[in-house]
Amino acid sequence: MPKENEFENDVASQWCPGCPNFNILDAIKSALVELKKSPDQVCLISGIGQAAKLPHYLQCNFFNGLHGRALPAAIGIHATNPQLTTMVVTGDGDCYGEGGNHFLHALRRNPDITVVVHNNEIYALTKGQASPTTPAGEKRSIQAKGVQIAPLNMPAIAIIHGCGFVARGFAGEPKHLKDLLVAAVRHRGLSYIDVIQPCITWGTRPFSWYKDRVQQLDDDYDTADQSRALEKVMESSEKIPIGVLYQASERKVFGHRFREIVDQRPLPELDPIDAEEIKSLLQGFRSAP
Amino acid sequence: MHDVNVVIAGAAGEGIQTIGAIVSKTVLDQGYAVFTWQEYESRIRGGQNSYSIRISDQPHNTPLIEADILLALNAEAVEKYRPLIKENGILISGESSEGSSIRIPFSKVAKDELGKKIYANTVAVGALIGALGIDLKTLQKEIKNRFADKADEILEKNRLAAEKGYEMADEGCRDLCPWNLPKRDGRFYHISGNEAIALGAAYAGCRFIAAYPMTPSTEIITYLAENENLGVFAEQAEDEIAAIGMAIGASYAGTRAMTATAGGGFALMVEHVSLAGMIEVPVVIVVGQRPGPATGLPTRTSQGDLLFVIHAGHGEFHKLVLAASDPLDAFHKTVRAFNLADKYQIPVMLLTDQFLTDSGFSFEEFDIDGEKPATFLADPDAIEDYKRYQLDDSGISPRLYPGQSKHLVGVDSDEHDERGHITEDLVNVALPMAQKRLAKNKKLKKDVMPPQEIALDEADTVLVGWGSARAALLEALDLLKADGINAGVIHFSEMWPLPDYSFPANKKFWTIESNATGQLARLLRSEYNVIFEGRIHRYDGLPLTADFIRTNFNAKRK
Ligand SMILES: Cc1ncc(C[n+]2csc(CCOP(=O)(O)OP(=O)(O)O)c2C)c(N)n1
Ligand SMILES: [Mg+2]
Repeated sequence: MPKENEFENDVASQWCPGCPNFNILDAIKSALVELKKSPDQVCLISGIGQAAKLPHYLQCNFFNGLHGRALPAAIGIHATNPQLTTMVVTGDGDCYGEGGNHFLHALRRNPDITVVVHNNEIYALTKGQASPTTPAGEKRSIQAKGVQIAPLNMPAIAIIHGCGFVARGFAGEPKHLKDLLVAAVRHRGLSYIDVIQPCITWGTRPFSWYKDRVQQLDDDYDTADQSRALEKVMESSEKIPIGVLYQASERKVFGHRFREIVDQRPLPELDPIDAEEIKSLLQGFRSAP
Repeated sequence: MHDVNVVIAGAAGEGIQTIGAIVSKTVLDQGYAVFTWQEYESRIRGGQNSYSIRISDQPHNTPLIEADILLALNAEAVEKYRPLIKENGILISGESSEGSSIRIPFSKVAKDELGKKIYANTVAVGALIGALGIDLKTLQKEIKNRFADKADEILEKNRLAAEKGYEMADEGCRDLCPWNLPKRDGRFYHISGNEAIALGAAYAGCRFIAAYPMTPSTEIITYLAENENLGVFAEQAEDEIAAIGMAIGASYAGTRAMTATAGGGFALMVEHVSLAGMIEVPVVIVVGQRPGPATGLPTRTSQGDLLFVIHAGHGEFHKLVLAASDPLDAFHKTVRAFNLADKYQIPVMLLTDQFLTDSGFSFEEFDIDGEKPATFLADPDAIEDYKRYQLDDSGISPRLYPGQSKHLVGVDSDEHDERGHITEDLVNVALPMAQKRLAKNKKLKKDVMPPQEIALDEADTVLVGWGSARAALLEALDLLKADGINAGVIHFSEMWPLPDYSFPANKKFWTIESNATGQLARLLRSEYNVIFEGRIHRYDGLPLTADFIRTNFNAKRK
């Protein structure tokens, strides 16, 4: 099979045939091509789940770590080498459940990375339990009588905390999603896309249910208006808005102070410390001559 | 000379740390070795804590419990610590407590003579230096250094306060104070375990530390963050899980990275220890022990996490566990931890404890030469088709980092193939990969240092201990000799994997440990089949001392 672009690889997929995850994968590959990245400049980080398997299915550097822990790894990678295009690919369980705390603190740190959450409102890999985004009342395998607790609205939380790029995409509209990804990677600072990804195996609603409801934001929607953005993600409407919900003038990015002292080079490329410097610091611990 | 032990006692926040720091620096500058040891409650204000300074002409890095001089800053401290005073020792106090040898109302003197109560502690410092028979000049120099960046008036008032305290002690001391510490030529380094580890890490080439504050390891990241010129990216993580996750991410990206915590924080890190084992990313984790279970006694010491750390992590993988004996050893072990983590692409734990990390040890020389920082990255240009987990009999595959070259670096916590991709092929892929990882142990075990043997030839009794108990064990040998016992020491500081080693024949072995259940004994028995004649366990949160070992040995051997 001729490779469409250099991000293609031939690793066999463990996703269900027809899963909307394939569309997200295609959108990411196309976005990277449009951004003129080469595979060695890109690092994809994920946790565990069906979504988190995505980094295996394209040609690039990847770190497929522990369930819920993609963000700490990504922050360590980004701090070490800010020149890499660092992207976290994760699920609603991985990112909002097991790793929720890390997400909150990533909002505070504002690392220059992109977080893509495949939100299928379910734990797919473990066969259909509720996730933090499952609407109350919906049935899942453990929650046979319907989920008893409220869902989490992470885009709202991100907007409140001034995340500089908050978007919602739909796996059923890969071209639109690709455009969001390109803008997200270009954004300097944390960019976050919650992607609606209907689960065709365990989900309770058909794909068409979502297709009928998603609606791109109007052209005159002001992405700089934080209150309006918050209203938008909190309003209960028949329609699900997709597009850039909020984009803020750029905040200081994670590590900027360190990088003012030490330049942008990857840490392993810095000169080794001089033994004399250690010896001179040790003199500070010594009694006066 | 006979060692002199000074104990400064007071409530948290009352200033015993500052007094202790100024007095110990003055004694050092006078040319003596000091060992400083703190014993404190886990609170910011109140409680009664102590700061001990053992003064000697050459380094004696173990605490003495009994005091020649007790300086007590309040009445409660007098009550709590008075029993520690030796027969001919003295009590200096500011309170009108009965039995006080020298009473100097520090606050009143400060207020009356210098106009402000805040100079009370400097009056106390002066008194202590006076009682010790140290030249006032040496103290005045130290005060000048310490308050150099303060307003002239503050410096001057502190000088006067020190002088006042010094004079008052001189008067009160006349027949009471036999101590005389004239200026001598000695020069010593005075450094804590945590400071040595931070410097060792920087020397080893560590460029990234993430940690979540937890006693007794917080000073490591604090030191590295403060000393920006060392170029270490220091991040306070949201929790210990994130701390080690960031360190592993940084290490995957090519830099040397570490984290530091205590047993409770390490418990949260354990899943990541297993991850480091699986994805073969080097990482160094300092685990400062304190008594558990759970929050335990946060500011006290223990050797209670040995078996926990050795066994940490689900699944089977290799790791290295080192234990530091003192700050100089901690410096070199830190370098070694980074080198061996890199060489074998494994997690390395460095065990310390509150006693080692918080105490100030003296060294005549602090020689940083020894194991040099060495890296073990592969050469990207020499590789055509790169596979991160290329099968190899040594178990060690070529390690590159992302962005270093055109070669792609993929790692996966799932069982994986040579390129790091998930596999379910049990026979052809998963099993050989597991075998590759497990093969590392053969060489690793050979790199582990055997225990140190001290005075074994003559000995019929051998004290077996580990980590920071080393100095107490050595000092105990001398005390036991006076009791007519020929004892030697076997001291372990590389705990896992245990090296090839045979215990000498025809000796009686005793384990000496700061824990209740004899974790070292259990480990050594299962690895070397050694039988222990006796056990001495200390688990009251205080460090092992030579006296404690001697008393318990004599009580138990009958
Ligand atoms: C520590 C830990 N706990 C639980 C699991 C089991 N587990 C694997 S994936 C998963 C949920 C994944 O949900 P999500 O992130 O939404 O991914 P999806 O499969 O829906 O794409 C769970 C609970 C695990 N691998 N590790
Ligand atoms: Mg999911």
